[in-house]
Amino acid sequence: MNRTVVLWLAVGLFGFCVLPWYVLEDGLWSFEWLDGYPFDTDYAPGLFLLLQGEKLWLAPIPLVLVFPLLIIGATKRHAMFSRVLLITGTVGLLYLLTQGFSIGIRGWNSELLNLFFGELGDRQFGFGYGAMLVGTAFLFFLTTGIAARGIVNGDVFVVGAIGFVIALVTLFILYPVLNMLSSALQTNEGVYSIRVFFSKFFSDKIWGLHCLTENRSCGVAWNSLALALCVAALTTLLGLVFALVATRSGLRQAHFLRPLTVLPIITPPFVIGLAIILLFGLSGAVTTFVADLTGTNPTRWVYGLPGVLIAQLLSFTPIAFLVLIGVVEGVSPSMEEASQTLRASRWETFRTVSLPLMRPGLANAFLLGFIESMADFGNPLVLGGNYDVLSTEIFFAIVGAQNDQGKAAVLAIVLLIFTLTAFYAQRRWLGKKSYTTQTGKGDSGIPATLPRRILYPSYILVALWGTFTLVVYGMIVYGGFVEVWGLNHSLTFKHYITAFNFNYGENGIHFIGSAWDSFWTTLRIAATAAPLTAAIGLVTAYLLVRQNFGGKNAFEFGTMLSFAIPGTVIGVAYILAFNVPPIELTGTGVILVLSFIFRNMPVGIRAGIASMSQLDKSLDEASLTLGANTWRTFRSIILPLMKPAIVAALVFSFVRAMTAISAVIFLVSAEHNMATSYIIGRVENNDYGIAIAYSTVLIVVMLTVVTLTQLLVGKSKTGRRSTATPIQAA
Amino acid sequence: MNVSIKSKAASVEFQQVSKIYGGQVTAVDNVSLNVNAGELVTLLGPSGCGKTTTLRMIAGLEMVSSGSVFIGDKDVTLLPATDRDVSMVFQSYALFPHMNVFENVSYGLRVSKLPKDELTEKTNSGLALVGLTGYGDRLPSELSGGQQQRVAVARALVLEPQVLLFDEPLSNLDAKLRRQVREEIREIQTNLGLTVVYVTHDQEEALAVSDRIIVMRNATIAQDGSPRDLYEQPADSFVADFIGEANIMDVIINNVDSQSNTAEVHIGDMQLQLPSRGIPAGTAKLAVRPNRIKLSTHKSTSDLTATVRKSTYVGNHMEYIVSTEYGEWFATTDNVDQIHNVGDNVYVHFSERGPVLLPD
Ligand SMILES: Nc1ncnc2c1ncn2[C@@H]1O[C@H](COP(=O)(O)OP(=O)(O)O)[C@@H](O)[C@H]1O
Ligand SMILES: [Mg+2]
Repeated sequence: MNRTVVLWLAVGLFGFCVLPWYVLEDGLWSFEWLDGYPFDTDYAPGLFLLLQGEKLWLAPIPLVLVFPLLIIGATKRHAMFSRVLLITGTVGLLYLLTQGFSIGIRGWNSELLNLFFGELGDRQFGFGYGAMLVGTAFLFFLTTGIAARGIVNGDVFVVGAIGFVIALVTLFILYPVLNMLSSALQTNEGVYSIRVFFSKFFSDKIWGLHCLTENRSCGVAWNSLALALCVAALTTLLGLVFALVATRSGLRQAHFLRPLTVLPIITPPFVIGLAIILLFGLSGAVTTFVADLTGTNPTRWVYGLPGVLIAQLLSFTPIAFLVLIGVVEGVSPSMEEASQTLRASRWETFRTVSLPLMRPGLANAFLLGFIESMADFGNPLVLGGNYDVLSTEIFFAIVGAQNDQGKAAVLAIVLLIFTLTAFYAQRRWLGKKSYTTQTGKGDSGIPATLPRRILYPSYILVALWGTFTLVVYGMIVYGGFVEVWGLNHSLTFKHYITAFNFNYGENGIHFIGSAWDSFWTTLRIAATAAPLTAAIGLVTAYLLVRQNFGGKNAFEFGTMLSFAIPGTVIGVAYILAFNVPPIELTGTGVILVLSFIFRNMPVGIRAGIASMSQLDKSLDEASLTLGANTWRTFRSIILPLMKPAIVAALVFSFVRAMTAISAVIFLVSAEHNMATSYIIGRVENNDYGIAIAYSTVLIVVMLTVVTLTQLLVGKSKTGRRSTATPIQAA
Repeated sequence: MNVSIKSKAASVEFQQVSKIYGGQVTAVDNVSLNVNAGELVTLLGPSGCGKTTTLRMIAGLEMVSSGSVFIGDKDVTLLPATDRDVSMVFQSYALFPHMNVFENVSYGLRVSKLPKDELTEKTNSGLALVGLTGYGDRLPSELSGGQQQRVAVARALVLEPQVLLFDEPLSNLDAKLRRQVREEIREIQTNLGLTVVYVTHDQEEALAVSDRIIVMRNATIAQDGSPRDLYEQPADSFVADFIGEANIMDVIINNVDSQSNTAEVHIGDMQLQLPSRGIPAGTAKLAVRPNRIKLSTHKSTSDLTATVRKSTYVGNHMEYIVSTEYGEWFATTDNVDQIHNVGDNVYVHFSERGPVLLPD
């Protein structure tokens, strides 16, 4: 008997005969559904539905499911083996999805089907756990069948993993995005119309150029583009300066620059914006100081392009620094020494050798800065003023009074076009080279120190930036203790108490502060998402680094794609796609977890790729020649050796999930509110005290998590391997 | 010698095997070869000629692009490494750094779900075989290079594979250790009667360990034979030069005596009677090992005259480069007491046995 076939047959049958077929309103773990199970049609497994003569369109599913019984005794070399599995998988999946998409809450989902088959007179909800397991079984029947054809050496595990990742990416990235595209093509009445799409797409609000001629604002697309270009150029420049100072100044103290790269990871994106308001807002410290000094009225100058620009520079420069420090270190010192022995001065060496060698890295940093700025939602939201950008416009199109999903979708598409173009350019033109700079080969040269005309201005910039960052973070901490910013600067614990009060009652601790709810939810959801993100990321990295298969480039592009999809786009796409059967997820914690997994997956992949590339491939091969299969090799050789990378990916996705806002803000519900959206809510009520106090708590929590794990991982390091730092910007 | 590790040696056969990477690089081109059970065969050739690729296709780590692979009598062409009964010792040893020596050696046995006590016994006798009894608890990083090497061998041996593969196993060891380890490998192989395929680019190593050597060049087999065959009867100038260096010179065969298969060859005044090896009269090449070129200060009848261009003392012998009318030749001699100096005129002749005719 083939163990794989038996396993998936069992899983499929369990899903069909035991678990509730449809989605459960109160979740599986509430066990609400046990009341009425297995006969109540809302809770019944597929088998019981059919036995009661309900939902008869499900009847073909079990028939297809047991089809592999035919070959259960056969070996995988048997001629029928792969054919039966391929048929089962393909037919099963197609039928499952077709019925799911055709029949919804109101019966047939389209008029056409109504005309053709007549009124159905019945309806169904979204897929539940039962349907999910059956679908999974079909998927793995399909991959096992493909493997039996000899693809990828007939390796069941590898083909299964590839199929699984493709299915997930299709379901949770491609499908929502394409679905969003299709809703952009619809009028508000649900009729497809290219004309309406074009009129929306080319609207003046998006592409208008009035700011050039009159005193009106330009279209949001131009706003976003201008902002992103400025941010990209400036962060690249600053990042380069810092990287040079950190590695080429000969200054020992320059090491302090490295920890700065942790800041943007642990800081929720809008927090910098808040600090800027405290400093430069209407009642900001600097603004009032200057106004008093000059006797003028304080202005709102910071709201708009200047404020967002400053906030984004502070947020994203560390990312550029992180990318460029690798690049700068990757420039082999012996090349510079060679240039100097050829009588070039330091400045000439820098200009003609070092800089050209860094060019791909610079381009990379530029594109990353561009994408980050385009996708940023938090800072424009708190600081944007009248300077509308795409990401915030999308939000207001859906959440505001307009509630125009079509418009949101169109805006999202415009945003997506920008980021995807940048992403494509980055992949196409630069490849992955600039990420793997360290060859591991010793280079005995000494990095050339910078020419003075670069060094001194660099010092000044670094000092300014450092001071400013300190002030900003100081403001954040301080702001949480101030009664009412701008009016009453007396110190108080009020905000902390309102948010995080608790007392000891008879039944233990009572968390009565207003923030606890969202705090626990955030922790729980981030902690759920983190291991899943790390797992999918590492499996994908394994496939990319260690396996060869047809379409690998497309596979890589697909898995890395979500990096270029801004959170706001994911948010819109998810609520449009997962509001209705067959996959109904809005309002659940699951949709938040899913959005985190697929937003942060590229980070996990990068971390995995970085550390797996350091593992000698002959370790895997030794294991294979010793009779272990790929799954065993993955489990007992690769995973244990990747522990540091796994921890890094875990922490990383945890922290990113805690600080995320852009997608979250669309997906939260009363029941599942997240810390960041709670904070944004406070900000919108001008309740800065609590917002800032809460932000401080988040930063402290995450700093603790990051520091603790770095200590732990640092200790468990075995002799010859070094921890790979994941590229943060991924 | 512990009895509990046995050999299940089987033969290996390649039938017209090719390997093409990415549709462009032909790493192995239509190669057919055969390794008998219990034999140690070396794949020898310059870097990049396809040795490792050939070895990996035996292991199942690379799949052939065309042709078939047999192990024993079984066609294993489509089987991946996991399902072939072949073990390999890697150039980098590939010891699992997170497992100690015992766990490393027993890994394959654990994977094949051997009962606990049998596993312990097998592993210990494997360690004993390579002289590492008592090292079971060490981590690979706590061993010297030579010891790591032995762990890698033990790990491959305990599975009693049908075929054992070595990819340049000595390249990470220092020169002294190399000789010792290669003798140990050879000893274990003969004692257990293992089928071994051994890859190296070092001709001396190949001559020392092999029952048979397959010389490869540019993805194809240049010659296949015993060490002595290859050294004394090279098939062409590539093999002659690659194995033990040779002076290759153009000669003319005056005539061939078909009865005794002897060819009469002239180089200037020098006249040689050599086995014709099926080469017809006309132009041909002659390979002469450096130690078969004799230099002297006295002229005998058929000697050529030459000038010493370079003279190097290397301890146990002298190396000369002499230039003659027919080219520059490389000669060695054990005589380190009477030295020819640069610029000296000397007389050259070839020893009677040794020079080999090669096809043009
Ligand atoms: N994975 C690969 N992809 C493309 N070309 C390869 C690959 N592996 C080896 N080659 C090429 O095949 C040829 C033979 O390589 P190899 O078998 O490693 O040679 P050897 O072991 O004899 O030095 C070389 O030209 C090498 O560049
Ligand atoms: Mg090799």
